[in-house]
Amino acid sequence: MNAVTLAILTPLVTAVFCLFTLRSPRLQRFFGVAGMVVLLAVALRLMAEVGGGTIEVVRFGNWPAPFGIVLVADLLAGIMVLVSAITGLAVAVYSVADVDARRVRFGYYAFLHFMMFGVCGAFLTGDIFNLFVWFEVMLISSFVLMSLGGEKPQMEGAVKYVTLNLISSSFFLAACGILYGQTGTLNMADLALTAREMRPELLTMTAMLFLVAFGLKAAIFPLFFWLPASYHTPPVAVSAIFAGLLTKVGVYALIRVFTLIFTEDLLLTHGLLLGLAGLTMVTGVLGAMVQFDFRRLLSFHIISQIGYMVLGLALFTPLAIAGTVFYLFHHIVVKANLFLISGVTARYGGSFDLKKLGGFYAATPLLALLFFIPAMSLGGIPPLSGFFAKFAVVKAGLAGDTMFGGWATVLAVIALAVGLLTLFSMTKIWAEVFWKPAPEGHAPHPGHVPPGERFLLLAPVAALAALTLAIGFFPQFFFDFAARSAEQLLQPEIYIHAVLGRTN
Amino acid sequence: MECLLAITIGVLYAASFYLLLRRGVVRIILGIALLSQAVNLLIFTAGGLREGGAPFIAEGQTALAATSADPLPQALILTAIVISFGVLAFTLAMVHRADQATGTDDVDDLKGTDQT
Amino acid sequence: MNSVILATVSRLLTGLLLVFSVFLLLRGHNLPGGGFSGGLVAASAFVLFAFASGFPAARSMLFFTPHVIIGLGLVVAIVAGLAGNVAGLPFLTGLWDKTPLPVIGKLGTPLLFDVGVYFAVLGVTTLIVFSLGEDAGEED
Repeated sequence: MNAVTLAILTPLVTAVFCLFTLRSPRLQRFFGVAGMVVLLAVALRLMAEVGGGTIEVVRFGNWPAPFGIVLVADLLAGIMVLVSAITGLAVAVYSVADVDARRVRFGYYAFLHFMMFGVCGAFLTGDIFNLFVWFEVMLISSFVLMSLGGEKPQMEGAVKYVTLNLISSSFFLAACGILYGQTGTLNMADLALTAREMRPELLTMTAMLFLVAFGLKAAIFPLFFWLPASYHTPPVAVSAIFAGLLTKVGVYALIRVFTLIFTEDLLLTHGLLLGLAGLTMVTGVLGAMVQFDFRRLLSFHIISQIGYMVLGLALFTPLAIAGTVFYLFHHIVVKANLFLISGVTARYGGSFDLKKLGGFYAATPLLALLFFIPAMSLGGIPPLSGFFAKFAVVKAGLAGDTMFGGWATVLAVIALAVGLLTLFSMTKIWAEVFWKPAPEGHAPHPGHVPPGERFLLLAPVAALAALTLAIGFFPQFFFDFAARSAEQLLQPEIYIHAVLGRTN
Repeated sequence: MECLLAITIGVLYAASFYLLLRRGVVRIILGIALLSQAVNLLIFTAGGLREGGAPFIAEGQTALAATSADPLPQALILTAIVISFGVLAFTLAMVHRADQATGTDDVDDLKGTDQT
Repeated sequence: MNSVILATVSRLLTGLLLVFSVFLLLRGHNLPGGGFSGGLVAASAFVLFAFASGFPAARSMLFFTPHVIIGLGLVVAIVAGLAGNVAGLPFLTGLWDKTPLPVIGKLGTPLLFDVGVYFAVLGVTTLIVFSLGEDAGEED
């Protein structure tokens, strides 16, 4: 069996195993972690297959391409599946020590794997309606994960999260229907061909519906309010995987449709993306400045970072798209890690409130170091991964070969300023949690967590930090993948030919 | 017929947005239910209205009859109905749980997670 | 709910609905019906029984927990999909037996897949209704 099918089947089979062993948290934890290990192995094999630049196509049910459903693994999809598997494994290990037995009995691991099933499917599908179905699989599982446990703040967050995401889904569905009505096809490669013959104003209108649908899931500027209202409410492991993966699936979908299908009226669609990217960056980072809850602060930073990725997409040059892809995988690793660290500090210090935390540098220098790496990476300090991600996007903006002329420069300058403010926020966490002496009665107690659990909490954090360092020290190796995937994305003919066997 | 359906879709959208803007959580859920119906009808209309039989190739034939319906919009709607059934059932369970946990169904009172 | 009429009728209807659900499942390949609607009808049989005789009775009649039924349904569906791989074709490729059987018609992996869907839908629906119903029962 090929790696593409396996990447989808592995999480599904794992979820079934977890359903059969609901009564035994121990077995579930075993299956939950083992399933992620297998998924990681499958993702590595997939990467080995598509890393060279070949696009792998699987025709479900053996129906020929524009009629049947296809799975398409190009380099971007391969990268995304791999990063998801890495984050998933880190979170599954962390959950062993962090998610209580009651939640595990309610099916925490089963739904975690159902969500991975949806995420991998969304990355790999080559059919726009199928993308909707995968989104729904991912969303329904994430709804359950968000509300599992049923505590008051969780339910408050869940109501907002669920409602707004359902509205976005209905936009997505309507957009699919309208697109089908005009083109008579749902296969993305086929859509890319037929869209060229559509009336441009109708195509742009459909593009706007997709922009709203994916924009809400990716949390771009006027559509992000659900994110900081909900991401800090569930258990830390859940918020970490949400923060790492879910919004990035929205960004992935934006990249997919705005490089493959909606490329006719670039000045309008990508110009709009450009403006939204700027506003997203600025509002996100300004929102973060006033926050004093560890996870809420990080949630606002997700929004501002999404802005960078959308900026790269909007600039639409090879360097900019490569920057976006590089940003995507750097960000998933770093952001999930920061959320995991917020959980560790909460376990040691008993709070997510920055004002009630303190003295961590003196108590656990190791944790301080582990925080320092992803935090400085997020702030864009060389030689960490975030620096190269920001560097690529900003350089593309300043290069002057985009279609937006001076505006690209303006956005690049905004991106630099936002980077500075991000650094300010990270320094704030550093100063509050690690540097300042512990407030009266709130001293951190690493010793209160049993050593075994402590290892399970810190091992994934350390592994993700090591990955951040690796990306930072060998940027050429990683950037090479991003650049080649950008090349594929900007030449849709390659994708279309792989799926349909023709390009006209 | 298209005109009539377009008006119906418009009315459904308007009603669902009205419900979505209300403060009661249950009304919002009803709004979402209505919204998914509106979208289903939209797909149906956008897919093209045609009179025709089920798109099966009859015994002994090699091609579809000229007067068969386009099955794809129907398949899309069917899938969407299945999904919205699952989602709606979950949402109702969630609202029930939220009501137990927070003691209110007014979204204005659910702003604990939005305050710094 | 203590109603003599409901209790009497439900005993008859539950069996009838279950038979009807299997009928829907089997005719679903070329006619309206199939795993999803069949599963829903089967679930409604159990829900009706639960309303008449209480949720514990319905749970014991279901024999497996809803979670296990969902899992079983998924296993059957995955196996049906993998049959294509065993034959050297892509995942989910339909394989058919040539000779049609009486009543059921031609056997094939799509039917097996539909059986999986039937159980998954039955499991999901009973899971939601039972947990909502038992939850409401605790409050009264």
